[in-house]
Formats: sequence, C-alpha cells, structure tokens
Amino acid sequence: MADDALVVVEGIVKRFGRQAPPAIDHLNLQIRPGEVTGLVGPDGAGKTTLMRLLAALMTPEEGRVTICGHDTTGDLAPVRQSLSYMPQRFGLYEDLTVQENLDLYSDLRGVIGRQRRDAYDRLLGFTALGPFTDRLAGKLSGGMKQKLGLACSLIQTPRLLLLDEPSVGVDPISRRELWQMVYDLVDQGIGVVWSTAYLDEAERCATVVLLNEGRAIYQGPPKELTARVADRTYLIENLGDRRRQVLTRALEEPSVVDGVIQGSSVRLVMTEVGKPPRLADWGVDQAKLTAATPSFEDAFVDLLGGAPKGESALASNCERRLPSQETVVEARNLTKRFGDFTAADNISFRIGRGEIFGLLGPNGAGKSTTFKMMCGLLRPTSGAAKVAGYDLYRAGGAARRRLGYMAQKFSLYGDLSVRQNLRFFSGVYGLAGAAQQVAIARMVETFKLGPLLDHDAGTIPLGFKQRLALACALMHDPAVLFLDEPTSGVDPITRREFWSHINAMVEHGVTVMVTTHFLDEAEYCDRIGLVYQGHMIAEGSPDSLKESVQTADRLEPTLEDAFIELVEAYDRQPVAS
Amino acid sequence: MAQESKQRAWLRRVIGLVRKEILQVRRDASSYLIAGVMPLLLLFIYGYGVTLDLRRIPLALVIERSTPEAETMLASFRNSPYFDVVVTHHRANVEDRLVAGTVKGVVVIADDFADRIARGETAPIQVIVDGSDPNTAGLVFNYVQGVWANWLDIASIERRGTVAPRQTIGTVVIDPRYWFNPDVRSQNFLIPGSVAIIMTLIGTLLTALVVAREWERGTIEALMATPMGRSEFLLGKLIPYYVLGMAAMGISVVTAVQVFHVPYRGSVFALLVVSSTFLIAMLSLGLLISTITRNQFAASQAALLTAFLPAFELSGFIFEIDAMPRPIRLITYLMPARYFVSSLQTLFLAGDVWSVLGPATLALVAISTVLLTLLVRNTRMRLE
Repeated sequence: MADDALVVVEGIVKRFGRQAPPAIDHLNLQIRPGEVTGLVGPDGAGKTTLMRLLAALMTPEEGRVTICGHDTTGDLAPVRQSLSYMPQRFGLYEDLTVQENLDLYSDLRGVIGRQRRDAYDRLLGFTALGPFTDRLAGKLSGGMKQKLGLACSLIQTPRLLLLDEPSVGVDPISRRELWQMVYDLVDQGIGVVWSTAYLDEAERCATVVLLNEGRAIYQGPPKELTARVADRTYLIENLGDRRRQVLTRALEEPSVVDGVIQGSSVRLVMTEVGKPPRLADWGVDQAKLTAATPSFEDAFVDLLGGAPKGESALASNCERRLPSQETVVEARNLTKRFGDFTAADNISFRIGRGEIFGLLGPNGAGKSTTFKMMCGLLRPTSGAAKVAGYDLYRAGGAARRRLGYMAQKFSLYGDLSVRQNLRFFSGVYGLAGAAQQVAIARMVETFKLGPLLDHDAGTIPLGFKQRLALACALMHDPAVLFLDEPTSGVDPITRREFWSHINAMVEHGVTVMVTTHFLDEAEYCDRIGLVYQGHMIAEGSPDSLKESVQTADRLEPTLEDAFIELVEAYDRQPVAS
Repeated sequence: MAQESKQRAWLRRVIGLVRKEILQVRRDASSYLIAGVMPLLLLFIYGYGVTLDLRRIPLALVIERSTPEAETMLASFRNSPYFDVVVTHHRANVEDRLVAGTVKGVVVIADDFADRIARGETAPIQVIVDGSDPNTAGLVFNYVQGVWANWLDIASIERRGTVAPRQTIGTVVIDPRYWFNPDVRSQNFLIPGSVAIIMTLIGTLLTALVVAREWERGTIEALMATPMGRSEFLLGKLIPYYVLGMAAMGISVVTAVQVFHVPYRGSVFALLVVSSTFLIAMLSLGLLISTITRNQFAASQAALLTAFLPAFELSGFIFEIDAMPRPIRLITYLMPARYFVSSLQTLFLAGDVWSVLGPATLALVAISTVLLTLLVRNTRMRLE
C-alpha cells in the first residue's frame, strides 16, 4: 500500500501559538495516485493547514510528510517539481491577463518551446478560456478564475494536484464543470486532493478524510461512512406548511439524530435501524413516509453526535405576529444599470408574511445587486421596493428600521467584545436605556452568549460569531430579516442550529429573504427566485422547481439539477428582441 | 522532453518574474503616481515653491516726523528686495500687527532723528523683531543692519561730514566669496537633496507595497509552490524597481539641470555608482519592510517612518546636521539618505570630490550589505 502512495503523512502535529489547541493533531494519512482524495470538514477544522503542509509551504512540528518519496523538511526542489498547488482565491494575478498568468507559470515551471504551445492548446481547450486570453484575470467570473487557477497549476502535469477549497464562491454550474476536469486528470493517473466544506462534494471523491478539530475522524471511501446511517434515513413528504413544526417536534425526540427540511418534506435520521418515525405522535399520520437514500451529510452529522436538539429559545422570546396573506416585501420592476451593463433587469417579486424567500443564481447573475437594492444599500435605476409597507427609496429610514440585515462576511467589530457589539448594534437601531438592556439580555439568553460576553468578537468560535451576528440583526425585533449567504463556510451542525432559529422566527410571522450558494440551504425556503443574467428566470417552491426539470431518465432531480437545467435552458433559448 | 539546463531555467524564472512585475507596475495607477508624478511634484515644490532665502519680509517703518533723512531711509528700505515696507507715524499703529505676525519687524525712526544728525550726535534707530521664530528674527535683524549701513554710506558721501562714515569705526572690510554656489541660491542645494527624497520614495515606498501585496492577495502561496527559489523571487522584485528608480533619477537630474538651472559638475559615472548603492539600500529596506509586515497598510506606515521622514529630517537635506544635538547627529550616521544627500550636493555643485564621495559610497555599501543580508534572511520559501 505504502509503495504506491504519493503522499505519506505520519503522525504530524502543527500548532500556531503555544496556548492554542493544535491545528493538526497527530494525523496519519496516505494519498494514492489516480483518485480524488477529499479533505472534508467544517471551517477551522485544519483543512488549509493540512494543504499547506502537503504543499511543503509549512513543516510539521512532529511527524513527517513525504511527497513522492521526498521529505518536505528537506530539499524543496524535487517536492515542488512533483506537485502543483492551487491556493484559495486561486493565486492569480488579477492585474495580469489570462495569457500573462499562463506565461508566468510556464516560465516558473520551465515549460518551453513546443511543450509550452502544447500545454496552452490543451489547457485553453480544456478550460474553454481560449477566447479570453487577453482579458485581465480580475475581470473574469468566479468560475472562470477558478479554471484559470487550475490551468496555471497544470502547465506542467504534476503527479500530485492540491486544490484548496476550489469551489468556494463558485456557482453549481462551474462546480460541476470543475469536477469533470478533475476526473479527466485522475484518469491520467494524477493524485488529486480536494478540500471542501461542501459535504455533497465528498460523495464525489474516491476517498475522504473527514477533519474535525485537527483530527481525522473518518478516513475511507465515502460510501462506507454513509453506510453507517443505512436504513435509518426517512423522508416525510407532503407536509406543506406544517413542515417546520414537524421538524421542531421531531428534533425533540430522543429517537431522532438529525432532521432537515427539503422542500415540503422533512428528512430525518433515526438512532436505530428498524425504528421509523411514528407520524401519529406528531399528528401528521396522513403524510407519506418513505425511506430516503442516506447521504454523506447524514452520516457526518451522525458521526458528530447529531443535530442540536430542542426548540430555539427565539420561539418563546419572539413577539408573535400572526401569519397572513399580506405582502411584506415587494420588488416592483427593479432595474439597475452600471453604465451600459444591466445588472438587474425588471425584477419583481412579493414575499408574504412568515415566508422564506431564497434568491439563487450563478456568480455575477445579478443576485447580489438585487439583494443590495432590497436592503436599500443600492438605488435602482428604475422600479420600486417596499418593506413592511414603506418605500425603501422614499421612506428609507422607516423601512430600514423594520428590517434586520446579516451580511455575508462577518461584519461585526472583531476588536470589540461580544457585549460591546450588542450594545453598539442595539444603539444603532435606536434602542436605549431599559429597552436596550432588555433586548441585550434577551439575545444573550437566546443565543447562550453569557460566558463569552467579555471576549473579543473576533476571537470567539465561528458558530458563536454566527449567533452573535444573528443576535445583532434581531435586536430591534424586525419584521423582516435579510440574510446574505448566512452560512457559507459553516459546518452542518452550526448550520442546523442557525436554521432552527430562523424557522422559529418564521413560525412567529417574521419574513425572511436569503441568498445562498448552498442548495441544501435553499431547500429551507418556501419559494425560490432564480436570477440569471439580470433576469428572474424562474420562481417557485423548491419542489415545483425540481418537478419542472423532471424527465424520464431523471425521476428525482435535485435542486442542483434544477438550477443547472434552468440556467442552461435559458442559455439555449433564442435571445428575445 | 526538452529539458533546460539549471542555469537557463533559473534565468527564465527571473525574467518571467521581472516581466510580471513590469506589467503590474504598468497597470497600477499608484505606481505611476509614486514613480512618475511624485518626483516631478517634489522637484517643482523645491524648485519654485520652497526657498530658504527670505525675500519680501513684511516690515513696518515708523517715521515719527517726516524729514528728508527719514525719507531717504524709507527709500533705502523700499529699494531693498528683502522688505515689503508699511509706513506709519505712530508705533502703536503697528505693534498689534507685530503681535499678530503680519509684520516680522518694526523699525522706528524717532522724531529727533534728523535733529541729532544735524547736531552731529549719534542718531539711533530702534529695531523691534518678532523673536518667536529666531531664524527669521536673525535674518530680519541682519538685513535691517545691511540697509542701515548702506544708507549711512550714501548719506556720508552726500553730506560729507555731517554723517560719520562707518569705516571710521575700524578699517576691516568683509568681502565674502561663496564657493560652489556663488549666487547663494538655496535651490542649488535643495534640488539635489530632493532627488534623494525621490529616490527614497521610489526605492522604499513602492517596494514596501509589492511583497505585502502578494501576501494580501494570496498569490505568494501559488508562487512558493512552484520551483521558484529565493534568489529568483528577490531579483524579480529588485531588478524592475532598480530600473524604475534609476530612470526616475535620470529624469530628475535632467529636469534639475535644464529647468531649474542647477549646475551639474560631477561625472555620470560617479552619479551611477553613488545612486546605485543608495538605491539598493532603499530597495532592500522596502522589500524587508514588506516581507516582515505582510500588510500593505502597515508597510506603507513603516516605510514613511523608517525611510521617508529620516530622509527629510536627518539627511541634512533641510536641517543642518552639524547643528543637531550630538545623539541625533550620531543617529544620522545610520541614515543612508545622509550620505546620498551630501554626495548629490557635491556632485551637482562641486564635482567628483572623491574625498566626500568615497567615504559616503563606502558607508552606503555597508548599509546596503546589512539590509540586503537581512532581506535574504527574512525571505522564506515557506509560509512560516
């Protein structure tokens, strides 16, 4: 076994700072040629550190990393000759053109003459970047940057290819294309290491290394891990409006390990084989119960001890608003032009009270532009938007007081303590005196922030940052909540907890608009709007979108299938004049 | 498979990196500003705007009683290029202006001035200067004395006897000669000094950003994972900015000579030697800062503090080093700009005076060697 391994990692330990827990803790692993090894785990699990150790950009404190027979603490030249590494953000020079980036890496790798011409032909064809060689790398879309990054690391065919989170911020279509390219490479005998926080990608790897807190909690084929939840996964279908209550009820049961919403269904993982959920207990005996295909994520959550239990404290701490048919958020013919480029073209939608509306779309489709216009951060060229009855552009202040906003990146003050952040944000929303004290106390209790109150917000664990960000957005008890990629890079457990809070609020009549790249997350939405090339190309519930792309060979399309199919169908249709 | 020799592959990597850096400089507006606009701006500021000679100093002349003597005195002040004269008859009128700083000095010609001269007595005039700026005060006082002496000369010739000629005090006459800068134009030493500032800017401020930028954008990781070694990386950074710095210096020197008519008396060879050693010290410092901070903002702050400000204040460019307190004077010996400013002033105004240039060049070589060694030591081909 060890003879044909490209990489042998033996008992490595890596620490950053003496007090900090080790980033990599006594890890052993082997990477074989001709297959994709997935490095999977939540943010902060040690994926990037391990990647850098494999790329010989760092050296372990204990143990040994051997790349193609060369120790990484020794001479770097043979190690660097045999591997290629694509860092996060692809390592491209954004102020150089596609061709100039390729030239630089060819020079660095000593690829010359005929060999270079062949490599260019091969890579430009492979990545379909041929027509864009004169474009600055910074002007490429996320997916194209990723392909260029890959091309630069493949100028000289390596024996080992290391890809660090190549799919972050990349839409499902580009993601699928990248996987196809990587499979081609694997067929040529290259060993590929692919790190990712997307658990669905793990299922595409031959071997996965599941990292958590610097340790490998599982190594082996993904199917073997998935097998541990075999015959324990179920789907309760056609729940309609009751799905959120059912999920909340289910998660209170000791017999349920994990539960998520999928369209109008609830997916459950049970503790024991042969003990399906008893629907009668939850008053939904008329719903349809089917056995579901176990997924890697089910197994991952099971391995980590299951989803967070119990109802969100927000449920009892939230002002109750009765659900109604009333429109709370409305976009009317929103159009935004930047020069002669139309980023959003005539976008309209309505969101009712107590509804979750998801905005989806590939990178650069106009999703963020639309979202920013809805938050009042960007003024549309034409059209109008209303939040809770107030026009965002005429009565912006009044409208904004009624909405809570949670930004994509962690946008709290990292050098203020948790308490100071809460005070600041409640103050910004006009809370003062006793009302402010009450609001802060409520958030501290709901999100269990008590023990961390005096810690700097920048230093607390990611899951808590997430809670704090949500707390800051909810302090003024808004009727509408806007979430911009709220859980990107967050582990599935934290994501479940996050959504349990959102679900609790929605049950209390809060209206939610969310943008996301995680199609799992889109499953939580009541309705989805798919934005592409500035247009709203499809709108409907997750189930209806899936049904719309159902064919004889694809009886159960996933939301990802629907996403890709709808975008491709739009591309195929002749341009309307 | 066409395999290059090791040396050729090395050279190819260096050339590739240099080309990349040049492309980046060409597309980056901030490097145009630092390398192109800043030097010209500085040259023009020091060429036209700043001068250490005082001219047209606002001065109040209080003539308590108008007499022919007082009028000729007024004419003397008016004819002087150094003063802008305001005339009044009462001291009280201008005391407030002196306090407010709108006049730098007051000269009082008392009402018995003409009478005393007529009687052959000493006829004093009173000079009040604003002492809050001792430098200016001294200059004003000296200039006033000059005008006074001048007036005495003229008056003694005209009146033959009624006014005692000043030579009667003694027979020593000072007849100064200013070597190297006969017109005593402050531009002639400010402009060579500002060339040093320009070189500091390009050498340090520009390079302080370039390694930090690679860290911030994550490109350094991709570079380090290639067969590129330390020497290629550093040469790839040093060569383009060396060329840029030398080009900016060439332009500055030509502008200084052609536009501002500063004489250049040295040789091109000496200029190349001195500038190269200085520039290498500056480039090493900039890259060292960049490598250590890994952050463009911190790097630019550090570059300002360690290179730009010392070049201004501790180089002798504006403030005379010999007039500094001893501890600070000792610190100036560590400042590369000190040697470069004196070398440039020598090259421009005196020529190839190797007794000045030699020690300065040696000091610069020593400083460059230290900085370059530190740079090489701190440049690692791993992320830690």
